[in-house]
Amino acid sequence: MNYDRYLNRAIAAVPPSGIRRFFDMASTMKGTISLGVGEPDFVTPYHIRNAAIDSLLRGETQYTANRGLPELREAVSRYMRERFSLSYDPKTDIVITVGASEAIDVALRAITGPGDEILVPEPSYVSYSPSVIFAGGVPVPIVTRQEREFRLDADALRAAITPRTKALILPYPNNPTGAIMPRADLEKIAEVVREKEILVLSDEIYCELTYGEEPHTSFGSLPGMLPYTVTLNCFSKSFAMTGWRVGFVCAPAPIAEIINKIHQYTILCAPRQSQAAALHALEQGFADGFADVARMRQSYDQRRRLMVAGFRDMGLDCFEPLGAFYVFPSIRSTGLTSEEFCQRLLREKKVACVPGTAFAPSGEGHIRCSYATGLDKLNIALERMADFIRAL
Amino acid sequence: MTKLENQLLDILREDCRIPLEKLAVMTGTDTVQVAEAIEQLERDKVILRYAPVVNWDKTDRERVEAMIEVRVLPQREQGFDAVASRIYSFDEVKSVYLMSGSYDLLVLVQARTLKELALFVSEKLSVLDTVTGTATAFVLKRYKEDGVVFENARDDGRLVITP
Repeated sequence: MNYDRYLNRAIAAVPPSGIRRFFDMASTMKGTISLGVGEPDFVTPYHIRNAAIDSLLRGETQYTANRGLPELREAVSRYMRERFSLSYDPKTDIVITVGASEAIDVALRAITGPGDEILVPEPSYVSYSPSVIFAGGVPVPIVTRQEREFRLDADALRAAITPRTKALILPYPNNPTGAIMPRADLEKIAEVVREKEILVLSDEIYCELTYGEEPHTSFGSLPGMLPYTVTLNCFSKSFAMTGWRVGFVCAPAPIAEIINKIHQYTILCAPRQSQAAALHALEQGFADGFADVARMRQSYDQRRRLMVAGFRDMGLDCFEPLGAFYVFPSIRSTGLTSEEFCQRLLREKKVACVPGTAFAPSGEGHIRCSYATGLDKLNIALERMADFIRAL
Repeated sequence: MTKLENQLLDILREDCRIPLEKLAVMTGTDTVQVAEAIEQLERDKVILRYAPVVNWDKTDRERVEAMIEVRVLPQREQGFDAVASRIYSFDEVKSVYLMSGSYDLLVLVQARTLKELALFVSEKLSVLDTVTGTATAFVLKRYKEDGVVFENARDDGRLVITP
């Protein structure tokens, strides 16, 4: 039977994720070292796992409030205030979601009307543009470049805005480039936002993983920006809790109201044990100054330095990423395309990286390498890659 | 302790064979600074030895271990230190800890055979004047040491490639 006439054409037309295709190739090969994993190599800290077990043993197996456990929203509010100078009311401005993935989806659906344009800096996380299309909007890419350290340029932003522009997705610290937006750059973006009155969906899931002198600045904390900003975040990267699927979205009350409407009809609530674990992660963090986060950050930073130095030693042009856990070296000097490079590297040396083109056409010439992998494996992967490049 | 020394300890504790050049890159310093910091740690007796964690059960060596709870009489002006020193001087003794609780010293002893170990307790340890009692527990199986799980260590539970 031909199902074409039954399927939603707009969605069927969205290309499958380039990551998925590579996954199918890499997962069949034994002995592969993967630098393609977009999640921490740490297991969730023991005390956080234990908090979920305790919650189960207490018999907490029911739904929570749609917006999430009140205690968790209180804790998120405190976390955002104390760590990022953001003021969000736990009763009206915060919704606990099934990871930041749901947060992206519901936030986009809450604000996007048919044909509305949503600006998406690229290369960036694979789900933004499809989610905009699923919401009935039109994703408009803004290309960022290595020469500008993959930061979003205020002039490029201004040039991309049309009367149909509804919002900008601001994905920093960035996956796949590892780029950050220092405060000075954000202030220039804020000027444009103020002038053009567009919304900003600030995806800050890597906010705890920055390695420069300057701590992460949350866009909504800039003067006058809170009313324009929807802040998306989650526990996955900061607390090594990817599989728990728990995140949150913070927005001005009228937007949060619509977000919660979609969330309550489609999801009802985030899993209760995950919320219990998340609550414990924050409470413990308040008590010990987020010691687990600091420990993981230091370990990532050491590996980050090793990777950047390793790629530069191979002769690859590699800008220094100051956020997330990715390095995004340029492989142009090899004469191969990103796709060719990654396929051959996988086949010939059993090292899996993700071609930059999986994140946007403008990712051509780059590969994404995650350093969220054990030091011993990273060292072997670097050796294999150096051999590969020498033999080209 | 400097920040660099702390960082080096964390790295070396996991793998002490990482070359100086890599340590320098990882800590954002240079090889001279790293070498000096490590020498300082050695001089200060913070780092005492670089040794592998071995799963002896996988070797063909005869080996038996016991943990002995030892009750002792502390000595005037020297407290427990003098007794501890008498005990840790035996070659069979691998570790000695002063403990809180119902006994005073926890002594880890290693010998080739059960008999050797029993003789050590009855002929060398129990006969010390200051030792008032011992309770010996033999190690049957070692599951984890210094943070390393010996068997059934967890695989990386992650997918090979994720966005």
